[in-house]
Order: sequence, then C-alpha cells, then structure tokens
Amino acid sequence: MLKIANLHATVADTPILKGLNLEINAGEVHAIMGPNGSGKSTLAAVLAGRDGYEVTAGSIEYQGRDLLALAVEERARAGVFLAFQYPVEIPGVSNMEFLRASLEAVRSHRGEPNLSAVEFMKLARATSQQLQLDPEFLKRGVNEGFSGGEKKRNEILQMLLLQPNLAILDETDSGLDIDALQVVADGVNALRSPERAIIMVTHYQRLLDYVVPDYVHVLADGCILRSGGPELALELEAKGYGWLRDDAA
Amino acid sequence: MSKNLGQLDRMVHGAYEAGWTTDIESDTLAPGLNEDTVRFISARKQEPDWLLQWRLKAFRHWQTMVHPEWAHVHYPAIDYQSISYYSAPRRPGDGPQSLDEVDPELLRTYEKLGIPLHERAALAGVAVDAVFDSVSVVTTFKEKLGEAGVIFCPISEAVREHPELIRKYLGSVVPFRDNFFAGLNSAVFSDGSFVYVPKGVRCPMELSTYFRINARNTGQFERTLIVADEGSHVSYLEGCTAPQRDENQLHAAVVELIALKGAEIKYSTVQNWYPGDADGRGGIYNFVTKRGIAHANAKISWTQVETGSAITWKYPSVILQGDNAVGEFYSVALTRGMQQADTGTKMVHVGRNTRSTIVSKGISAMRAENAYRGLVHIGAGADNARNHTQCDSLLIGDRCGAHTFPYIESRNPSATVEHEATTSKVGDDQLFLCRQRGLDPEKAVSMIVNGFCKQVFRELPMEFAVEAGKLLEVSLEGAVG
Ligand SMILES: Nc1ncnc2c1ncn2[C@@H]1O[C@H](COP(=O)(O)OP(=O)(O)O)[C@@H](O)[C@H]1O
Ligand SMILES: [Mg+2]
Repeated sequence: MLKIANLHATVADTPILKGLNLEINAGEVHAIMGPNGSGKSTLAAVLAGRDGYEVTAGSIEYQGRDLLALAVEERARAGVFLAFQYPVEIPGVSNMEFLRASLEAVRSHRGEPNLSAVEFMKLARATSQQLQLDPEFLKRGVNEGFSGGEKKRNEILQMLLLQPNLAILDETDSGLDIDALQVVADGVNALRSPERAIIMVTHYQRLLDYVVPDYVHVLADGCILRSGGPELALELEAKGYGWLRDDAA
Repeated sequence: MSKNLGQLDRMVHGAYEAGWTTDIESDTLAPGLNEDTVRFISARKQEPDWLLQWRLKAFRHWQTMVHPEWAHVHYPAIDYQSISYYSAPRRPGDGPQSLDEVDPELLRTYEKLGIPLHERAALAGVAVDAVFDSVSVVTTFKEKLGEAGVIFCPISEAVREHPELIRKYLGSVVPFRDNFFAGLNSAVFSDGSFVYVPKGVRCPMELSTYFRINARNTGQFERTLIVADEGSHVSYLEGCTAPQRDENQLHAAVVELIALKGAEIKYSTVQNWYPGDADGRGGIYNFVTKRGIAHANAKISWTQVETGSAITWKYPSVILQGDNAVGEFYSVALTRGMQQADTGTKMVHVGRNTRSTIVSKGISAMRAENAYRGLVHIGAGADNARNHTQCDSLLIGDRCGAHTFPYIESRNPSATVEHEATTSKVGDDQLFLCRQRGLDPEKAVSMIVNGFCKQVFRELPMEFAVEAGKLLEVSLEGAVG
C-alpha cells in the first residue's frame, strides 16, 4: 500500500528526514517510536502533504501512485488520514457541519452518493456514542474548548466516519487517561481490516497493549534505525533508545 | 435568497403591470450640481415648497462644508460636477441589449448566487424596462400592510400622502448639517423608502427593498425614514446589488430610524455592490449616514453584512435617548482585492440604564484594508449605562490590513464600558486540517470565515443569513493562495 524509499525532507532548510525507508502492506499495523524531535511528526506531515515540508530526495508510492504528486486534499480523498498530534480549533464551525462537509468530499471522490441529513446524523451520533462522546458535542465548534482527551477522540471520530485506507495516528494516545485510551484503542481496532493499514506514532508501550502492532520501528536521526515485532517495543520500554544508537555506532 | 428574489420579482413585475413608470419621461439629468439641479429634482417629484426650501437650505449649507479626510480610506477627489443627480427609468435601448453583451465573469457570480436568469439580466443592467434607478418600486404588499395600518411606500409618495409625518421626522435624526454626505443627500436625495408603524402594531411581515444602481454616472442618494410609534415592532431588510461598471459610482444615502417609547426596529443590510476589479478600477463609493434614535424602553438593532463597494464609509449609530433604551450593532465587513472599508458605529448613551452591544467582524483578503471605528459616548445623565464592544479581525494572506479605532467618552462614572479586540489569521494549520479532511482550499476558507461570522449571521433573518453565507463564499473566490 505504501512504499517510502530513501526519503529526505527538510523543514525551513533543515534536513529532518535523511534517507528513510518504510514499506507497509494492506492489513498491517505499524508502530513508529523514537525520541522527541527525531522526525516522527515530520514524516506524518510529509505523508499528508503539509506546506513547508520539502521533500528533497526519495519517493513515496501509495496504492501504486506517486503520493508526492497529489495535493493535500487529493491525498485525503484517496484515503490518507492523519490524526493530528495537536488538533486545531475552528471557532464557529460546528463539528457536525465540518464532519459532513468532509464526509461529502471524500464520498463523492469515491463515487458514493451523499448521505441524507438524517442518515448522516444517525451515523455521527452512533459513532460519537461508540467513542463515549456526548452527541451534544457534535454541535460545538470544531475542537472549540474541547479538553485534550476530547480533541483526540474527535480525531478518531473523524477517522471512523471517513474510513481511510491509510490512517496515520500521531501520538493520539498522549495525554489520555486509561479509560479514554481504551476507547481510542477500540476505535482503532474497529478500523483494522485486511484492506486498511495503520501507522501509529507513539511514545508508550501502553497503547500497544491495546492495539497490537504487526511491526514496530524506531525512528531516530531522520531514518528507521531498527525494525522488529511487538517485542521491540517492550525492549525499548525497558532500555530506552540509547542502546540502539550505541548499537548502530 | 430565493424568497427575497421572489419578492423582488413580484415588486418588479407588479410595478410593470401597473404601468407605474409610463407617466415619467425617461431621462437622465446632465451632470452638474447647482441650485437649479436641486430645483429640477424637486419639481420632477412635484414636491411642496417647504421641501424645496429644505433642500435648498441643505444645498447652501453643503457648499460651505468640506469633504471629510479623517477616514482610513484613499481615493481620488470626487468631482461633484461630473455626476448626474437624477435618472428616471431607462427606455429599452440603452445599456447592453442582451446577456451576451454582459461580462461573463459577472454572470457567473449571479449564477452562483442562484439568481434566476431574467433577474440576472436586470442586475447586469440589461435594458429591460423593469429596471429602475432612482425611483422606488411600489410593493404588492401595500394592501396587507394597509390593513395593519403600516405605511410602506416611496418617500416621494409619503411627501404627498403623509406630509405631516415627513415634516415632523425628516432630518430629525440626521440633520443636513450633520456631515458632508448627509448634506449632499439632503439637497439632492432621489428617493427611498418610508415606513410608519402605528402604536402597538407588530408589522405583519419583514419589509424589504432592493436598491440597485444601474445607470452610468448617476450618484445614488436614497433617503430612508422609518418611524416606529410607541410599542410597535418592525424588521426592515435592505439588499443592494450593483452591476459592474468601469467608472466609480458615488452612493451617499441617509437612513433615519425613530423608535418611540417601547418600540423596536431591526434593520438588516446585505450589501454586495460592485467592489471594483482586482486593480481597483470601478466600484461603488459608499458613503452612508445611518442613525437611529431610541426613546425610553425602545430598541434599535443594526445588522449588516457588507462584501461590496470599492470604498465603504459607514457608521450606523444609535442615540439612546430614553431610559432603558437598547442599541445593538452587529457587523460583518469583508474586503478583498483593493477594497477599503472604514466602518463602525456610534452608541450615544443619553438616558439612564441604557445598554449597547457592538459586535464587529472584519475580514480582509488580498490587498484590502479594513478599519473599525467605533465611538461609545456616555453622557453625564446616563447613569448605569453599559456598553460591550467586541471587535474581531480576520486576515487572509499577509498583504491585507486590519485597523481598530475605538473611541470611548464617558462623562458618567457609574457607566460600564468594555472593549475586546482580537486579530487572527486564517491559520495555515486550520487550512491544513480542512484540506486533510478532503475539503478544497476555497471551501475551507469560506467555512472558516463563516464560522468567524456566525455570531453576526445569527442576528439576520433566516433567508438573509443564507444569502450572506453564499455571498461570502462567492466573494472569497480566488482570495486564497
Ligand atoms: N515548522 C518547523 N520549523 C522548524 N523546525 C521544525 C518544524 N517542525 C519540526 N521541526 C524540527 O524538526 C525536528 C523533528 O520534529 P518532529 O518531526 O516534530 O519530531 P517528533 O514528532 O519526532 O518529536 C525537530 O528538531 C523540530 O524542532
Ligand atoms: Mg511529534
């Protein structure tokens, strides 16, 4: 589904990603771990096509297409979803209105008919309940005055509505209490399917207890330093990242 | 939108069926302004002598006044002698003959606004005989309103039919000495609307007019007067559209509102006059004086959404004369391209326990300049007066500007005056979030801007709110990137 080869990317002329390789197949869940500032969010931003993140070398192939040739919204409509590490507020735009516009954009790209207002409401309500969000919260402005946990759950709500092919979760687990973590993990597990792939950026083993990944990668100094199975995460939890660098040296 | 245009339709066709214009010679007065111009207008309208004398006094006074320079707008000096001050409905044969002769860009905009085809033709200035310039249109609602005792008619007709009301109230809120443009208007005002709602009557429908500027080089000098008698209630909608012209056109209207004891007047405007092209050519110069007086326990509320005009100079105001009077001002002003807007409000607290609320939302895109200028005056007798002002600016891109000039004069220590101001940019991260969720950038911007304006849109009558949202969307096209 996704093939990243020798990816180099700069932010404000500073090289952040330096020859990153990663291959992800449909049906797989990959965890990406790594020290702060190692480039995890940068990778997510490059995948989503954010302005200001310049790819200087390498390629990204998504479902057989050149992902880098697509605009941000084209990638989104083609099924690339990013759950933000820091979701922003859009004051005055109701969550409902936002979700509906977004779902319409994605569905019409897929050639699916628009949902009626009633069908959409039903779906949005049911999905919020699944995430233990009060349906009242659909009426509030996008992320406006939401708590940290609500913002993260709102990202998962969007993900579940849009049913992406490739979901990238950037530290969605950070700042969640254990109950919320369970809810979010259930949401991610619900998306898991043979046609979809998920990338979870996380600092904590905790999440991986609930959503067991197929692969774990360590991103450090702009490339994948080590890949392994779920046991790699346990090892990192016990020993930190230092030993990997020493190993690599 | 459709409801308003439906009304417009009815008005236009109603007038046509009535053959209302046939007795007026179709003509435009040659450019120029002197006492004869004033006499000509007055004579054309068969006005009584007192009104002619009033116009002449205004004209003589205006000649001693100077053009205001203090606003944060820039434009070449206006040559008042090059303007035509009277234009009656045109005969077919003037202007574009068919839609094929009209700028396709303009037609595309009308199409997006959902304006029906024949209406687009009218708006674009195609010479259909239902298009009016300076003469108001008789509405088909007249009878129904008549049953409730509500008077709603062209002010020229009111001069003939209800001279006692006009003599009493014309110029009572905005005297001709008030400012340069009000002086000019008083001398040469062409037509406009008059509303009178009798004691205790709730006007059975929203009153609505569409002002349109169609002829070349004709300044527009509407005069609107609304009197709500004790305990009455009225909501008035003003919608404006001007076709595209190369030359700048002057518009200097005066609106006077009188809310007697316990009355309520809600005045809503959606204004999308031609703003000029991207380089600032053409467009309307909009210099308007709008003011209301609220007597005891009365309420006046101004709501406006402005996306048009090359230059807007406009400060709808309320004099809170009586005790417990309430004044409100809700405004969205969007400027893009080379547009300049200097708008705001004045709340003059005279009575005790008077309250005013100001919510101003300014949006600037491209190279536009948007200034908010607000005055809150608390008089010595205005015990416990309260004002809350909220003034938010939103910038799209980094070549535009927003300026806030709040003036507060308080002569009474028991008053409470609060002012909040924010300036934000349509953030890259907000745009990115929307696009990451599949929205195209233009849709994303219009959504963000609509969200920013929600507080004001909420105050508009339903169909106007929808129209306002659409207008913003159309106006913002090409503003991104
Ligand atoms: N917008 C930016 N401008 C300048 N530097 C940035 C920007 N975004 C990220 N960086 C830098 O890029 C590096 C990687 O950041 P990031 O990808 O956020 O790391 P991680 O998510 O792994 O903690 C850091 O050194 C960070 O300071
Ligand atoms: Mg990060």
